Amino acid sequence: MPLFLNDEQTMLRDSARAFVNEHAPVAHLRRLRDAKDPAGFDRGLWKQFAEMGFTGILIGEPAGGLGLGHVEAGVVLEEIGRNLSASPFLTTAVGAVAALEGSAQAERWYPGILAGDSVAALAIDEGPKHRATVGMRAERAGNGFRLSGTKQFVTHGHVADLLIVAARTAGGADDADGITLFAVPADAPGLTVGPERLADSSIAARLSLDGVTVDADAVIGDVDGGRAPLDRMLRAVRTGAAAELLGVGGGAMDMTIGYLQQRKQFGVTIGSFQALQHRAAHLYAEMEVARAAVLKAQQLLDAGDADADAAVSVAKAMTGLATTLAVQEGVQMHGGIGMTDEYDIGFFMKRARVLAEMFGDTHFHADRLAREAGY
Amino acid sequence: MSDLDAFRLETRAWLEKNCPPEMREPIRSDKDIVWGGRNQSALTEPQKTWLDRMGTRGWTVPDWPAEYGGGGLSPAETKVLREEMTRLRARNPLNSFGISMLGPALLKYGNEDQKREHLPKIARGEIRWCQGYSEPNAGSDLASLATSAEDAGDHFVVNGQKVWTSYADQADWIFCLVRTDRSSKQGGISFVLFDMTSPGVSTKPILLISGYSPFCETFFDNVKVPKENLVGTLNKGWDVAKYLLGHEREMISGMGLANTGGNPLIDGALAAVGVDADGRLADPLLRAQIALFEVRSRAFAAQSERFIDELKAGRTHPAQPSMMKYYGTELNKTRHELMMAAGGSDALEWESERSGGGRPARTWLRTKANSIEGGTSEIQLNIVAKRILELPG
Repeated sequence: MPLFLNDEQTMLRDSARAFVNEHAPVAHLRRLRDAKDPAGFDRGLWKQFAEMGFTGILIGEPAGGLGLGHVEAGVVLEEIGRNLSASPFLTTAVGAVAALEGSAQAERWYPGILAGDSVAALAIDEGPKHRATVGMRAERAGNGFRLSGTKQFVTHGHVADLLIVAARTAGGADDADGITLFAVPADAPGLTVGPERLADSSIAARLSLDGVTVDADAVIGDVDGGRAPLDRMLRAVRTGAAAELLGVGGGAMDMTIGYLQQRKQFGVTIGSFQALQHRAAHLYAEMEVARAAVLKAQQLLDAGDADADAAVSVAKAMTGLATTLAVQEGVQMHGGIGMTDEYDIGFFMKRARVLAEMFGDTHFHADRLAREAGY
Repeated sequence: MSDLDAFRLETRAWLEKNCPPEMREPIRSDKDIVWGGRNQSALTEPQKTWLDRMGTRGWTVPDWPAEYGGGGLSPAETKVLREEMTRLRARNPLNSFGISMLGPALLKYGNEDQKREHLPKIARGEIRWCQGYSEPNAGSDLASLATSAEDAGDHFVVNGQKVWTSYADQADWIFCLVRTDRSSKQGGISFVLFDMTSPGVSTKPILLISGYSPFCETFFDNVKVPKENLVGTLNKGWDVAKYLLGHEREMISGMGLANTGGNPLIDGALAAVGVDADGRLADPLLRAQIALFEVRSRAFAAQSERFIDELKAGRTHPAQPSMMKYYGTELNKTRHELMMAAGGSDALEWESERSGGGRPARTWLRTKANSIEGGTSEIQLNIVAKRILELPG
């Protein structure tokens, strides 16, 4: 399979680009922020995403979805990134869909996701840095389980209908296995949700689970066998976050090149200065390499290839590097105006920082690749 | 089963049967690289066998037309062949500037006689080519070149000097940029081919910081070049030169890719530094640098695949090889800096048998030329900025 978008994927990209740019441009995020919107995104827009079919991209056709893959989900995410759209697409239509795939819970939640009625949030992190292991305990209680502990960086956690929570039912905090994945309804007793606005004006929750009791049927997959659905979900959202980062970096780069072509100082366009040209060209190279890494990961995931897991880490780490450069160069090359809230480039810098951190930063994934390679 | 799957199985079986086991070993020294040419006395039997079998099939140049000695494969089939060779860890049967540089230029700009004369010999590795581009006063500003070709009826008379001519002392023929009109810079350059045994051609190897002499000074003293050896139109050689440079940059960018057999950087670091109780490289700062380098290296491998796929489908920007050349060569320099850091004083030995005659240090020094030859990194960035990003000036 060639490493570029096929005709259908290109058509999807064109329609996603037009749709997202029209309905959820950066100005949309700015309005939500300025209004201190308590949800942090527009539910009407989420319905429109569903009407476009986007929320069903990763859901199989028998369940009413489009039965497409990670390349297609990434096409939409890149446009979300390019426009800094506030959307629960990544956590819901990618993360939750991947986690629930093939489980009894899918029947319960897929219709709401397909209709744009349901929003899901992923409760993975337990400290300020993403880790490969899970410490939160889930004890057997009656017919089900009792969950206790805290989670953080749960994007959309304060408005989610469904919380996907990774907890430990066996083994020690550093073990890879012994994890169970739970589908926890938002109204579960004992669950306290503390919304926190982040630097990019998105809202992520800190969850406190104080003996939250769930039935056995809240388990996604098998008890103690949560590693498989958790890894499937993580592969999907890491790849998705990489695609979104690609859009953020690409958007920042395009804005910056546009500025270099138009801004005049010393009587000439500043883009004629070699010092800036070389930095812009270097940035272009980094973004191209990142784009290839993302597409490679998406294609391998869709093919079920054994090398997909490593490719996902390469994609997340590389987009972290490239997009961080893109937003840094973006602000610097815009000069003083780049520091103003009125101008959009700063929004790109903030979103890039949040996405770079999400589901493992560049260091996390570089370390993961190193361990896998035996050093 | 699709035709492509069938082709893959067929190719796999053929390679298994025909690739000698010695040709599946990692490349350890320059002697392991086959360049072809009139003088093949230095080749081992397995090298000769592998070159002969692949050349006969046209698979040294799988996507060239069969009528010119190529394999006549489609882009998809070519990719399959490459993947299957990688899978088997098969070495390239033939490395040649004829394949990577002159061939594509002849396919586009050569006349029928030139294609029929030269391409099959390139495909079979019978003629080794060198490139006469840079001159002492025409480096980054290549179009200011002065080597002249005077019209003498049925032939040109070439006078002047080239420099950094890779392996000129071992090459059979040269593709050469010459000035045929002094009144126009780019518009006075022509692209000619001639035999290095022609009277008046002489070469002098240049000793480099690595202690090796891969490059030569090349002198032309009244060299007669038949007019049928002019490629393309008189005074339009700059178009051919630029097209060929794109292919040269593509080739050089391949240096950014790790070798197929193992990872010498990681293996070398593990051997030199060892691991801690958790199985991690015992030098945490070196480990971090290698790990971040490996992210870029693996991402660039994907970009190389994407670049070739897009190129074959006619979807690349014509200046994209400049980006590839820039990134690949900078990566390769970083790789060798890290290999030297990992190797410590072992890697400093210059002559010892244990170092393969100073291979780590000499290769490290050799890579410094990567971002100079074929257009410096700075020239590539200029090209990307102006042609792809459309920045002014």
